Amino acid sequence: MSLVKIYEEGIKSSIICNSCRYCEGLCAVFPAMEQKRSFLLEDMDYLANLCHQCSECFYDCQYAPPHEFNVSLPTQFARIREQSYKKYAFPSFLSKAFDKNALLTSLLLLLFLFLGFVGASMQKELDLSTHGGDFFVLIPYDYMVGVFSVVGVLVFVLLLISIMSYAKAICLPKFSLAIFMKSLKDALSLKYLGGHKNEGCTYPKESRSNIRKYFHHLTAYGFIFCFIATNLGAFYTHFLNLHAPYDFTQLPKLFGFSGGIMLCLGTAGLFVLKILADEELVDKKSVKMDYAFLIMLFLASFTGLILMALRQSELLSYTLWLHLSTVLCLFIMMPYSKFVHMFYRFLALLKFNTEEAH
Amino acid sequence: MEILHYDLVVIGAGNAALCSAIAAFEANSKLKIAILESSPKKWRGGNSQHTRNLRSMHEAPTDVLSDSYSEDEFFEDVFKVTKGQTNEEYARFVISRTPQAVEWAKKHGVRFQPSMRGTLHLGRTNAFFLGGGKALVNAYFSYAKALGIDIFYEHEALELILQDSRAKEALVLDKQGQRELLFRAKAFVLASGGFESNLDWLEEAWGQRARNFIIRGTRFNQGKMLRSMQKQGAKIIGDPTQGHMVAIDARTPKYDGGIASRVDCVSLGIVVNKRGKRFYDEGEDFWPKRYAIWGRLVANEEDQIAYSITDSKVQKAYMPSLFEPIVASSIDELASKLELDSLNLSQTIEEYNAKVIDGKFNHTILDDCHTKALEIEKTHWALRLDSPPFYAYPLRPGITFTYMGLAVDKEARVYKNDESLYENIFAAGELIAGNILTQGYVAGFGMSIGTVFGRLAGENAAKELR
Repeated sequence: MSLVKIYEEGIKSSIICNSCRYCEGLCAVFPAMEQKRSFLLEDMDYLANLCHQCSECFYDCQYAPPHEFNVSLPTQFARIREQSYKKYAFPSFLSKAFDKNALLTSLLLLLFLFLGFVGASMQKELDLSTHGGDFFVLIPYDYMVGVFSVVGVLVFVLLLISIMSYAKAICLPKFSLAIFMKSLKDALSLKYLGGHKNEGCTYPKESRSNIRKYFHHLTAYGFIFCFIATNLGAFYTHFLNLHAPYDFTQLPKLFGFSGGIMLCLGTAGLFVLKILADEELVDKKSVKMDYAFLIMLFLASFTGLILMALRQSELLSYTLWLHLSTVLCLFIMMPYSKFVHMFYRFLALLKFNTEEAH
Repeated sequence: MEILHYDLVVIGAGNAALCSAIAAFEANSKLKIAILESSPKKWRGGNSQHTRNLRSMHEAPTDVLSDSYSEDEFFEDVFKVTKGQTNEEYARFVISRTPQAVEWAKKHGVRFQPSMRGTLHLGRTNAFFLGGGKALVNAYFSYAKALGIDIFYEHEALELILQDSRAKEALVLDKQGQRELLFRAKAFVLASGGFESNLDWLEEAWGQRARNFIIRGTRFNQGKMLRSMQKQGAKIIGDPTQGHMVAIDARTPKYDGGIASRVDCVSLGIVVNKRGKRFYDEGEDFWPKRYAIWGRLVANEEDQIAYSITDSKVQKAYMPSLFEPIVASSIDELASKLELDSLNLSQTIEEYNAKVIDGKFNHTILDDCHTKALEIEKTHWALRLDSPPFYAYPLRPGITFTYMGLAVDKEARVYKNDESLYENIFAAGELIAGNILTQGYVAGFGMSIGTVFGRLAGENAAKELR
């Protein structure tokens, strides 16, 4: 479907929604629509990122297909969301590579990174059995820290650029601290993913359930825990001079282990739900990128857990290389993947809550 | 021919039908109940899928209704719009049961919008379904299914076969299997709607004019049960030309246009016919209340077409509509876009503009902006049409539902022509709305009647089977 058609469809549906308004009260999207009489492309980027694809409005809609008005916000907004990730991503050539074939690109990248780590390790004479669980015996400290810092900083900058241009495009209004905190709370609690009064959404199928919300929570908080664990690890190493491996009474391990488990369960759950979801609600094309990102998140957490388990074994080197490659690959994917939805959605909530307050 | 056996067969699958099936089961959970829906699953729910709210009296604010709305005030509203053509006893009977109707709906999975929110000024009188009428029927369908009630989609009841004062079976067309079946049951509830989707029948009543009507709701209300009962001596009430007919955008599809087809600006501008002339006081009353009259007015104009015209001054005061307005920077240009006689149209507007008496414009009250000394006055919200661009919407009669139906007693039992009652036939919904309403309409009352009589039909049918 052409880009123009994708946005046109969304605008047409929004106009119909706006003249019907039966869904007012389902989630934030509908009151947000009511603020407008006509819609620009950027309005679509805003509304689409406010939508959770929970599908309640699809089942409730008197104009959903087979009606000729063909209103199907969950699929139409999913397509627009995907476009919005691409549109504001920087630099765009990488975005295109992921767009062409997300899974293949990520796997190639993964392989490339893996070989990089292997290559770096080979610079030393290694005795794979005497590492004692110390990573830096296997991979040179400078190489590991160097690669991760450079990639980390770069990704951070690229993400920032895309977030800023998205904020600019949707005309993010001036917001107060109170609104910021409210939006943060809405985002962290996944307020609108719980459906009306947290009774659950119609996802993956028509009956109402909160299962997607639980898996999403596991994924999001699992990710945050792992992120904290990594930073704590760095802090312990550099400032406290406490080196890995840590045991279960120490924070890096506690966060890393629980985060890894949560992330594994969450991503696997979301993956299965996506496969089970009503065919009419999931746009087959736009979920490819979602799948690739979920798989990569799962791999990163799963290899992390394996690494923990195989720490003392001879297989450590391979799992370490694999884990580091998946994490790095995930990092590189971030600005071009579903990962940005976390920020776009938060910005959309900020805009919504600010406009609501007026 | 295959025969299926049930205790109770409910014909129709809108709000009233679903309420009656569920209520019957709850009165006697041993009953084997079937619901016959003539549409495919995707189009299920009759006209209820296009509804939005249920009108309900209440003495104090509730979670879904603000302030209070007394039985008397509710009845007054019904009395006013029907110009007194209502059956007070039946109307009050339904009105007094509306608070339970809301509670009953909630208990069976229907969700309502909180009363504080809402774009129309109706939060006081009407409880709004969260997600609209389709969400309501979805809730009832899943409730009925969980109870073990059998739902047959694409099964259209063609005839009810009677023996003396009992119904024996229903002759049913299975549209997918392309075969006819008999549903034999001990009792029947007829809740299959009116006949507004049946263009031939509309033409019988309205003549050629009917060909230009747009059916605002489902295409499946063919009036088969009404016809069958009429032929076999049931007491029929109401005039076939009476129903709820509104002026909707002429560009609406022939069926299922629903709420989005409405044009909200009629009372804010002027309305002209094909000859470019005004034909009724656009400012007579608020649009929600006057909603019901404009369909009939347009139906009686030449070619069943009219045009609502406003200018840029009031554009923000009405609801955005599905179809883009026809925009022009001058009256001449507008006339040519609408294919109206330019001279007539500018004459109408000049004359109108000359007779507007300045006042304080306020579209939320019956304000003092009016015309003086026009043949057809505009009594409120009269502003000169002088600020281009001009906006126009073409209007056609949109028939929403019909009032001709079966006479019932207050137990939802169907009357015969000789004023006696059938023993095991009950009716509810649009099919019996004419017992209460004979013309005009107040928003959300149809769903009130459907819920109250639907439950009665189900409960009394279950009682009959004990």
